[in-house]
Amino acid sequence: MTTEAADSTEAVGTIAPAADPGFLQRHGATIEYILIPGAALAGALAVFGIFVAMFGKNPLDLYFYMYYGAFGTWFSWQNTLTRAAPLVLTALCTALPAQLGMVIIGGEGALLIGALSATSAALALQGLPPLVVQIAMVIAGVTGGGLWIMLSGALRQYRGVNETISSLLLVYIALAILNHLVEGMMRDPASLNKPSTREIGAANMIGSIPGTDVHWGLVFGLVAAIAAYILIYHTVFGFAARVAGGNIRAAKIVGLGVSKLILTICFLAGGAAGLAGMVEVAAVQGRTNANLAAGYGFTGILVAFLARQNPLAIIPVAILLGGISASGGLLQRRLGLPDASVLVLQGIIFVFVLASDALYGRIGFLKGKS
Amino acid sequence: MIIGETPPPSGAFGVDAIAMTMRFGDFLALDNVELKVRPGSFHALLGENGAGKSTLVKCIMGYYHATEGDIIVGGREQAIANPKDAHALGLGMVYQHFTLVPAMTVAENLVLARDDVPAVVNWPKEMKELESFLARMPFKVPLSAKVSDISAGERQKCEILKQLYLKRRFLILDEPTSVLTPAEADEVLGMLRDMVVKGELTILMITHKFREVMAFADDVTILRRGKLAGAGKVSELTPDAMARTMIGAEELTVQPPRTGEAGKARLELEKVRALDDAGAVAVHNVSLTVRAGEIVGIAGVSGNGQRQLVEVLAGQRDAEGGEIRVAGDPYHASREEMRRHKMSLLPEEPLKNACVGGMSVADNIAFREFDRAPFASGGWWLNRGAFRDDARKKIGQYKIKTRTPDTPISALSGGNVQRAVLARELAGDVEVLIAANPCFGLDFAAVAQIHAEIMAARNRGAAVLLVSEDLDELLELSDRLVVMFHGEFVYEARTSEADLTVVGRHMAGH
Repeated sequence: MTTEAADSTEAVGTIAPAADPGFLQRHGATIEYILIPGAALAGALAVFGIFVAMFGKNPLDLYFYMYYGAFGTWFSWQNTLTRAAPLVLTALCTALPAQLGMVIIGGEGALLIGALSATSAALALQGLPPLVVQIAMVIAGVTGGGLWIMLSGALRQYRGVNETISSLLLVYIALAILNHLVEGMMRDPASLNKPSTREIGAANMIGSIPGTDVHWGLVFGLVAAIAAYILIYHTVFGFAARVAGGNIRAAKIVGLGVSKLILTICFLAGGAAGLAGMVEVAAVQGRTNANLAAGYGFTGILVAFLARQNPLAIIPVAILLGGISASGGLLQRRLGLPDASVLVLQGIIFVFVLASDALYGRIGFLKGKS
Repeated sequence: MIIGETPPPSGAFGVDAIAMTMRFGDFLALDNVELKVRPGSFHALLGENGAGKSTLVKCIMGYYHATEGDIIVGGREQAIANPKDAHALGLGMVYQHFTLVPAMTVAENLVLARDDVPAVVNWPKEMKELESFLARMPFKVPLSAKVSDISAGERQKCEILKQLYLKRRFLILDEPTSVLTPAEADEVLGMLRDMVVKGELTILMITHKFREVMAFADDVTILRRGKLAGAGKVSELTPDAMARTMIGAEELTVQPPRTGEAGKARLELEKVRALDDAGAVAVHNVSLTVRAGEIVGIAGVSGNGQRQLVEVLAGQRDAEGGEIRVAGDPYHASREEMRRHKMSLLPEEPLKNACVGGMSVADNIAFREFDRAPFASGGWWLNRGAFRDDARKKIGQYKIKTRTPDTPISALSGGNVQRAVLARELAGDVEVLIAANPCFGLDFAAVAQIHAEIMAARNRGAAVLLVSEDLDELLELSDRLVVMFHGEFVYEARTSEADLTVVGRHMAGH
């Protein structure tokens, strides 16, 4: 038998000194998280440019007016931020369950139930000091929205119902409940053409951040997003959620209570969307009616996906999409595009973002060598 | 011979692979390897996981194209561009896992495998031909039985028959006995050996079972880390010499001697029932007691309910009935119970069952303790520094090869993932240890380390339940041996008194 000289054994048990992989490789993952959604957004804008070119409009004008309508002036900034506020909250309704590997798309339903609950609380507590009423509205909105999405989580955990489908169907149930109540027992007899509840009262409105026209909902959104980030990445609860979301079998083998995690996360997610509903009532509408179903819940899904479900990244993405929707009016006035054009753009962005998911880990120059 | 031309109708031929080098990017999978398989010989290809055995055979079969090197079939250099070329030359491969269609009969599977299946199959004629073919073969399989109804041993015979039916006369077998009982393995290999001796066949078998090499092979080639480590006649070698050549100069962890006597009952199963994913009964009223300071081994061919039993114990599957008690208390696999009874679990396929691939090595090591000090301050705030410090310590102690503690665990090799799980599960006190195929697919160094850790846990007084498909592992480690077949425990004996043939018979359900 012939035997070659035994080669030297590798160093074991140490953190092997590896060659420095270079800046691009070291931060590959982070760069990807910015580069890929950015490219998807740019691609979507390019396709949208072709779309408006078919209407005989100059795409460059389009991009200018979009920028101008969203971020060009202090006025447009305020408009953008006002629209971003509920988006941050509804995006959390998708992003939080995503940490557990769940796809919840029913933020719109939780928003409506949250609005309805907050309105009910305000109407029931008329005459009490405004701060008490406002706090009660927050609690009612969060609880209402939270229980709504928790229902989806419970259906999944105990009855095996797909949470994506159930949360979507619950949107229509929420809308039906809202219509039933505002046209029935909660209807303000004075609201003739647009059935609505009674007003919560000007004193109970939460008002604007001093010196701006942007309502306090933006602060609620920022606080909620930062709190969600801390919860997921810096607390024991968030760690357990990430374990269960990363691999449910691993979570079970270390005895983590998966049901409790799912229900809690769903409650918090729905609570965020419910808070968005409360904000829309207490800062914008002053009452509950079908106007609340303005699609913030659905745009929130887009925000969450574009932000890769990261609670902090939701903030800039929500501002960006808030800006796109804020520019809709300007596009209509200056370019004569239909109002729904902005929805077309949102749809194109969604398709690009979902398709770009396939690119992660496949960009050659960002890959490590080993 | 020209590719596409039918090979001579009978007789064995040899295959030589000369100066084979295979690169995948920067990784050198094969480095100037030579393999010479004589015509009409039974050749064993030995090597640890990742030594390059599969790469070498895949080059021969045309799945890979070697960066450099030549393949000589029957004395002529051949360019094998794809598996079809290899088949045309009479080369065939039998895989570790079955490639038969379970819902079809044996005869249908055989005819289906042909390149020239007619649009309308004349079954009476085909059956006649198959029967006369089978009459010439040493194996007998029921032609009209459905593949799903026959045993693993018979399926493996079908796979081999399929190759012979397709007139392949150089067979490459990739760990063909991993799903067979020892008796089935001996039968199948024995019959193949007879055909080799008669000069009808040449066989190249990938394996890591020295017993099979010693009993059936003429020649052996040993690879280590992509290089030729040695080659020679089996008759001139000992298993020890082959093992040394396989692992090189790497130091193996020394397993501590078995010490101490079994104590009180620690883990008790009473009439435990569980279903599989399809809802069929997989674990049927099994009862078992594991005492402190004892290793109970559960043997059985894969798919007899062992996985579901372990999943119940690991909390990954709900039991349908029965009771599990740990130290006398009812057990439902909650975190609190696992902690109170100091339970540890080493599941099979650790990346799939016990880790989150995208989380870091440090995080994965902390899964059992992250919600307590020092990892959590005040029971809720994560203390990142503690994660890293603890991981650094355990990475050194358990010889985990990783670039940093923050590297995602999915970037580690299988052995190092299992080491990280060992570090997590065995670092503290252990009173109950449940391990399932803990060494599957790992290299010698990892296997030796894991065996040593399991034995050490036993010696410290842990009750160990070891479920394994590797009978040698069970015989080496366990104090008592239980055989599981069709969801039931059908045999139990002290390992020192167990008779291998009796164990094998029960594994096959006789």
